[in-house]
Amino acid sequence: MITASVLVLLGIGFTAAVILAVASKLLYVYEDPRISQVENVLAGANCGGCGFPGCAAAAQGVIDGKAGATVCVIGGDEVATNVAAIMGLEFSSMEKQIAFVDCTGGTRAEETYEYDGVKDCRAQSLLYNGNKMCPEGCLGYGTCVTACQFGAIEMGPDGYPVVDPELCTACGGCAQVCPRGVITIWGTSARIAHLNLETDCLAPCRQRCPGQINIPRYIEQVSRKDYAGALETIRERIPMPLSIGRVCPHPCEGVCRRMHVDESIGINMIKRFVADWEMNSGQRLPIPCSPSNGRKVAVIGGGPAGISCAYFLRRLGYSPTIFESMPKLGGQLRYGIPEYRLPKAVLDWEIQGILDLGIDVEYEKYFGKDFTLDSLKEDGYEAVFLGIGAWMNMTLRIDGEESIGCETGTEFLTKVGLGVDTGIGKKVVVIGGGNTAIDAARSSVRLGAHVTLMYRRTRDEMPANLEEIIGAEEENVNYLFLAAPSRVVSDDNGKVTHMEYIKMALGEPDDSGRRRPVPIEGSETLIEADTIYTAIGQKPELSCLYDDTGNCQLNETKWRTLDAHPDTLQTALPHVFTGGDMHTGPSLVITALGEGRKAARSIHQYLTDGEPHYSSKLQREMIPYTIFTDVPDVGIRAKAKMPHLIECDERTCSFEEIEGAISETETKEETCRCLRCGLTCYNRDMVEGQECTAEDCVKTP
Amino acid sequence: MDYFVLVIAAIFVNNIVLAQYLGNCPFIGTSKDSGVAIGMGLAVVFVGTMAAGITWCVQKFLLGPNDLAYLQTICFILVIAALVQFVEMFLKKVIPPLYKSLGIFLPLITTNCAVLGIAIICQREGFTFIETILFSIASGVGFLLALVVLAGIRERLDLARVPVSLKGTPLALILAGLMSLAFFAFKGMAS
Repeated sequence: MITASVLVLLGIGFTAAVILAVASKLLYVYEDPRISQVENVLAGANCGGCGFPGCAAAAQGVIDGKAGATVCVIGGDEVATNVAAIMGLEFSSMEKQIAFVDCTGGTRAEETYEYDGVKDCRAQSLLYNGNKMCPEGCLGYGTCVTACQFGAIEMGPDGYPVVDPELCTACGGCAQVCPRGVITIWGTSARIAHLNLETDCLAPCRQRCPGQINIPRYIEQVSRKDYAGALETIRERIPMPLSIGRVCPHPCEGVCRRMHVDESIGINMIKRFVADWEMNSGQRLPIPCSPSNGRKVAVIGGGPAGISCAYFLRRLGYSPTIFESMPKLGGQLRYGIPEYRLPKAVLDWEIQGILDLGIDVEYEKYFGKDFTLDSLKEDGYEAVFLGIGAWMNMTLRIDGEESIGCETGTEFLTKVGLGVDTGIGKKVVVIGGGNTAIDAARSSVRLGAHVTLMYRRTRDEMPANLEEIIGAEEENVNYLFLAAPSRVVSDDNGKVTHMEYIKMALGEPDDSGRRRPVPIEGSETLIEADTIYTAIGQKPELSCLYDDTGNCQLNETKWRTLDAHPDTLQTALPHVFTGGDMHTGPSLVITALGEGRKAARSIHQYLTDGEPHYSSKLQREMIPYTIFTDVPDVGIRAKAKMPHLIECDERTCSFEEIEGAISETETKEETCRCLRCGLTCYNRDMVEGQECTAEDCVKTP
Repeated sequence: MDYFVLVIAAIFVNNIVLAQYLGNCPFIGTSKDSGVAIGMGLAVVFVGTMAAGITWCVQKFLLGPNDLAYLQTICFILVIAALVQFVEMFLKKVIPPLYKSLGIFLPLITTNCAVLGIAIICQREGFTFIETILFSIASGVGFLLALVVLAGIRERLDLARVPVSLKGTPLALILAGLMSLAFFAFKGMAS
């Protein structure tokens, strides 16, 4: 019996051993020995921050080429160097990533019901999606604090978590547990490539800004005197705070929540203050850029859109080259906006700082003549940004338009910008009601002319900025409203002598919501003029896109602009992107800067992932529930006044800059006026109607 | 034998964990997260069925005829251990996706009493081969059910305030006891 049992067991054991031995030979799967080596040098926390389930899987991912040397998010440069050594990869320093808390609501956010359950954000969010009125904000029970393995998050005094940047390893534990998506793990590149989402904490000004600048954040940084931080915040969205601080018509201020208490915040004055602070300090702040990856991108057009696109591409690690047809960069900023609004010295200083990041420029190169899309491809440019602006003028389509002395406003302004002879006379008529018309009129005043500005509707319908309209009035520009040009009268030499116009009356509102002007029969009148500038609209010059045979691979819109996807700005050719006036038609500088960033983001995604992508929750319109006019419990504070550097009588003979910057104290007071809005919350600091001074300003971030 | 009754009995009435108290270590150990619980449960279904099938053959053709029934337990352990090793290698080579989802649970099952228990119960009851396969699948499903239910409850309890001394395993044991009591309600519905 013992013999039998021993024999049977030995037999079974032997059979199993043989089967397993054979199986291990037959079923052998080669495993790279580097897997275990890589696993040994990883941090070993199994935190999952890298996106792989544990360090072993991450090591496997590195061997499979799914992840690079920088796979370990918490190990930092040291681990990355070790992994790179094993894999024989090149390694350049990792971009510092960090957990970022988007919400600033906290205790300020209104509650919709009293919650008495488990003190956990996830539990509360199961009950009617949480008790905060704001659907996106922090619930404040600190689930992220408990989730953090590194003790880097604490509940701040204002009811939302605060991240310690020194301790944060960007493992993503906090972001995973937050039911509201308040915490994001990101570095500079991700922040640059982020477009506003409806789920972000967007104050009305942030929603309205075409450049998507985080306005409340930089205002708060300025109020803490962290000017460098404020500039960094601005520069994550636009490259040119100095120019924008001067020329922006600040649509953000038009939706400022404080407007419903007293007056909107002087947002652009604050921006200008910090930008001037940097320029006056004489030292350029460093702008963090990813290490160069050597990939070439062509940026055609050195206007705001092109500069912005090249700047963000450089910050994302690419090597952009700007092709500019003019002898200097700046586009409309240089050749369209007069000296008295944006001094050329300021613009030069700002552009130089951007080029110093490592952007090449080829001046006086015409697209379609000196180079084409094909030649760029041959030269190794992997993607192209087209931003040639809208420089072609609409014509009046009236008799005598070709007379000597009749010119377009942009041509005149370009001549002024270039500093060449303009051939301006003594009696100037400017036709149009937009900013270009006003710029032409005010520039003519400075060249000693008597100026009449003719517009076919009334002052209320003028598309120009109100400040500009008032500025021109102060400088004695005559307005001739409800008048449309009908004929240019010239003498025998073909020189302009008079302008004939017909009087108009306002009829029914048209598609644009403005009342349509209707001519009054028989009301033709003559006005004396030796120079006529027309500024009735511009459109992009798209003829350069067509080859010799008249073919074009790109599409036009019905507004004669270049057609592209509205969110990715990708055109019909996958490697060609557009933005700025060429895409939108004549628009604001800040819009062009915003489009440049959008295009840079898409080019980055196109070159890394093969195609640009975007979220379905992109914020395009104002978010309705964030726009309310009832803003109780806020004290009244007077708004700072924009100082004028030179007075009216001097202004008419000098191109010197008119608007000045507000002082540091005024800036501080202005920042204190900011309500630090979120989607629905804002600082309720005072009894309504109470006045307060800067000493009362005890706002915390 | 009515196969339906056999299956229902194996899943609910004679639930391998809650009525027979087999496989308690993975029941407590892998029930913290429902994803893991499902993986473990499926692995038990898979291995339990194969093990019961193989051991049925071993019993029928080797131990039974040679009058070596007293070697049943030790033989089964040997066979199941070798089987699991073999299955692991086989899956890794032939069906990598399945290996990825079951991979880390397979070694845990090598000496799992639930798997061994299923094989031995089949012999004790004198099941035919088909009954053996059905019974072992059903028992595995019973294990999966119990595991997933416990994991679901434990996930919810993560959010609750639990006295420190009861946190983790102690509370899981209490829960297991309560679930076991609840499953007693099935007693007598089938034998």
